[in-house]
Amino acid sequence: MTGHIVPKKVYYLIFLTLMVMTAITTAVAFVDLGRFNIVVAMAIAIFKASLVVLFFMHVHYSTKLTKMIVAAGVFWLAIMLLMTMSDLLTRGWMGVPGR
Amino acid sequence: MADLHVAHTHAHPSGVEHHFNSAAQQKDASTVGMWVFLVTEIMFFGGLFLTYVAYRHAYPLAFAAASERLDIRLGAFNTAVLIFSSLTMALAVHAAAVGSSKKVLVGFLILTLVLGCVFLGVKSVEYYDKYEKHEIPGPNFEFHEGADPAHATLFFSLYFGMTGLHAFHMIIGAGLLLFLIVQSARGKYTTAWHTPVEMTGLYWHFVDIVWIFLFPLLYLIDRHLK
Repeated sequence: MTGHIVPKKVYYLIFLTLMVMTAITTAVAFVDLGRFNIVVAMAIAIFKASLVVLFFMHVHYSTKLTKMIVAAGVFWLAIMLLMTMSDLLTRGWMGVPGR
Repeated sequence: MADLHVAHTHAHPSGVEHHFNSAAQQKDASTVGMWVFLVTEIMFFGGLFLTYVAYRHAYPLAFAAASERLDIRLGAFNTAVLIFSSLTMALAVHAAAVGSSKKVLVGFLILTLVLGCVFLGVKSVEYYDKYEKHEIPGPNFEFHEGADPAHATLFFSLYFGMTGLHAFHMIIGAGLLLFLIVQSARGKYTTAWHTPVEMTGLYWHFVDIVWIFLFPLLYLIDRHLK
């Protein structure tokens, strides 16, 4: 809610987690996980972004209206990415040129 | 004659505009407005991310080879710098909210600005390196690495497009921070009203988030694909 003061301790904890996650994602890039390199990298990036949104940007303490707007933004982004990729990724399945 | 002004039958708390009931409501409105703007920014960058995903899917070998040409150490260093600047920005907002001394608020804002400039400095070193190696898309572009050098220009176009737009946001953020530093040194912000500090904080963190995705997507991809 408005006027909520987040303790500084929370910020330091989030900062530390973000730094550790950055180190992990960089290190993992040098390990061959095949197709899962991108999965791990994106999972860590989404986790980091969520921490920033929820705590640095105070969404965790915000009104429901603000939360809904954030969720709507993420949802529409997901529609754009998933719909487009479900098209591009499945075009070869039919074995028909141009489809 | 009728009075053109609507008669005031109610008092306003200080610092609260006429059309708000309370300071809390006023701040909620600002927060919502800022987030609506940030959602448009999500979609703005989202288009570029989508383009990246589509082309990386189409030319994975070209993207892997071109990505290797970026310096992971500089990318990771810059990620750490931006995360650190997000911490100092959050602490600046905290200082404004709890009414710490002006020195603390101005100090954290200056630290955030300095870190932002460090990021941009490192970025310009990286750009210059790309210039020297003829890896900027255009008539002088030269790239012979990997199995599919013909499509590497797509990666570098996206690299410069995405990091360039990100850097442009950083420059705007630096301008906003300069404004905040001057205003807070003048003592304009109080525990009751420091909305500009908070909203700039939201913007700064958003720009940080964009980089949190750009770093793995541009620097860390497919190092084992070749």
